[in-house]
Amino acid sequence: MNRITKKFTELKKKNKKALVVYLTVGYPDIATTEKLILELARIGVHMFELGVPFSDPLADGPVIQASSSYALKHKINLDNTFSLTKRLRKKIDNPLLIMGYFNPVLNYGLERFAKNAGLCGLDGIIIPDLPTEEARALRSYLDKNKLYLIDFIAPTTDSSRIKKIAKECRGFIYYVSLTGVTGARNKLPRGISERLAYLKRFIKIPVCVGFGISNRKQFQSIAKFSDGVIVGSAIIKNIRDNLGKKDLVHKVVSFTKKLVP
Amino acid sequence: MLPDRYGHFGIFGGKFVPETLMPALKELEKEYLCCQKDRAFQKELYYLLTEYAGRPTPLYFAKNLSKYLGGCRVYLKREDLLHTGAHKINNTLGQALLAKRMGKKRIIAETGAGQHGVATATVAALLGLECQVYMGEEDIHRQELNVFRMKLLGADVIPVTTGSKTLKEACSEAIRDWVTNVKDTYYIIGSVVGPHPYPLIVRDFQSVIGREARKQIIYLEKKLPDYLVACVGGGSNSMGLFHPFLNDKKVKMIGVEAAGLGFNSGKTAASLLKGKVGVLHGSKSLVLQDKNGQIEVAHSLAAGLDYPGVGPEHSYYKQIKRATYVAVTDKQALKGFELLSQTEGIIPALEPAHAIAYLAHAKSRFKKNSVIVVCLSGRGDKDVTLVSSVLNKK
Repeated sequence: MNRITKKFTELKKKNKKALVVYLTVGYPDIATTEKLILELARIGVHMFELGVPFSDPLADGPVIQASSSYALKHKINLDNTFSLTKRLRKKIDNPLLIMGYFNPVLNYGLERFAKNAGLCGLDGIIIPDLPTEEARALRSYLDKNKLYLIDFIAPTTDSSRIKKIAKECRGFIYYVSLTGVTGARNKLPRGISERLAYLKRFIKIPVCVGFGISNRKQFQSIAKFSDGVIVGSAIIKNIRDNLGKKDLVHKVVSFTKKLVP
Repeated sequence: MLPDRYGHFGIFGGKFVPETLMPALKELEKEYLCCQKDRAFQKELYYLLTEYAGRPTPLYFAKNLSKYLGGCRVYLKREDLLHTGAHKINNTLGQALLAKRMGKKRIIAETGAGQHGVATATVAALLGLECQVYMGEEDIHRQELNVFRMKLLGADVIPVTTGSKTLKEACSEAIRDWVTNVKDTYYIIGSVVGPHPYPLIVRDFQSVIGREARKQIIYLEKKLPDYLVACVGGGSNSMGLFHPFLNDKKVKMIGVEAAGLGFNSGKTAASLLKGKVGVLHGSKSLVLQDKNGQIEVAHSLAAGLDYPGVGPEHSYYKQIKRATYVAVTDKQALKGFELLSQTEGIIPALEPAHAIAYLAHAKSRFKKNSVIVVCLSGRGDKDVTLVSSVLNKK
């Protein structure tokens, strides 16, 4: 069974919600990313999105954009992300996903990408600029390697698209909390709970909510109605604020700990 | 007729955008198809193109240039005579009317050289819409005059300070704005790029260039042209000229890209000739990229060609060999700039100066009496400061 499904089944039994953390690979360096993931897994983060940098991250706000261009300068690519995954796999069993834009994947070759992603022990792929309609070829290669391609649903997605996505989706649905780019927000839009209840009528797999979530209060209110919560920019911002400090890992871990229920 | 219902031109095109925008693209496609059949819409667009923008533009026989080139017959499609100084207004008028029809109150656009930004700010002023234009900081310095024009027209020019600070980043930033404000905002893309249906919409609005040229050349020469020549950045003026001739199999199409500092210098904007299949700003096309699929920074003296991608339909024309693509350098383009100024008394924009430069460079290729239609997509006023500073350096 794919580790993602296994994890959700496990959490459901305990009546718990998933905490998914996004980290830009190589921000500030690949060894620190590795340490962070191991430490965060220890304090109870359930899944990880490994952000592979792209030159033109059009779904990201300034914080992740900056971390992405930093990582690019330090030559982070798919291959060294696969190697990182391989090392992590020997130590932890948490689901690991790649979050990255489509062009580097297309350039790598869809079949080769799916094969190598499977070999190094990844469980899922999230591509913000690859909507369901264009995903067919990649999804079929990923299926062969038992990897999930995670679909998005947005506040603007209408019911006919929700039904279409419901037919294709695997692992979990990434529900985008707001119309906008990634980045911590003080306030989340109203009506998320109603929207999630509506989605649940069609979507039979877990739904995780991401974009804008930055504190424990938001986490708790979202967790009530969903199967998991994704936090990215808030943590990347914390890394940014602690860049160059010796106890960066410690600082980021204790920041994230505040979010863990 | 391409694109197909998914917006594909063969393997190119499509919609590669965040899910948030997918419903907006569908709505746009639906509205666009409706307005194609809507007589009142077409009538209003025709009126504005005629009385406001100055269509039809002349197809001018460039006698001196033809003589210089050795006897072929060169005709210039004078898009440079349009209101705002370039072909961009054909598209912004169409899309702004579409935006108004869809009840959108706010318009955003990206711009490189500033021509599309000016054309957008112009129609926004005309139709009473709020307008914000994203422009790379680097381009803001290169094109001060156009920045002032946009502001004068009542638009906000928002500097983009990330990455190469040029058109590529301005596009990304405009898309980010659209994702955020999709409910009340219309994004006017300036070229035949972006997710479906934009390449289709922009092509159709720009096809007025080729439709007029086709009629005019048949009237003047009693036959179809042998060649069509136009510069290609994103590819809107060239697609506008080429598309109405698509089924005229004997008409050869030549798209001229910017080779920048040199075809093999690594500093070019020749996406069709040097690019690989990739996805940038919402569609699949030929894209300048490194071995890891990171988008490269393009280079061209002409800000309007300075883009690492190209419209998907051009990639398709290249693949099926319907059009031929060539490239000329910054240096050659400057010669083209001077050549047209001195032979015909017409100062072209640096972008179509590439097309003129190609004619000069490849003049032996054209037989005597070959009929060539060149799209003179814009006038050179915006470039004179830049060109004089480059020429004075020598």
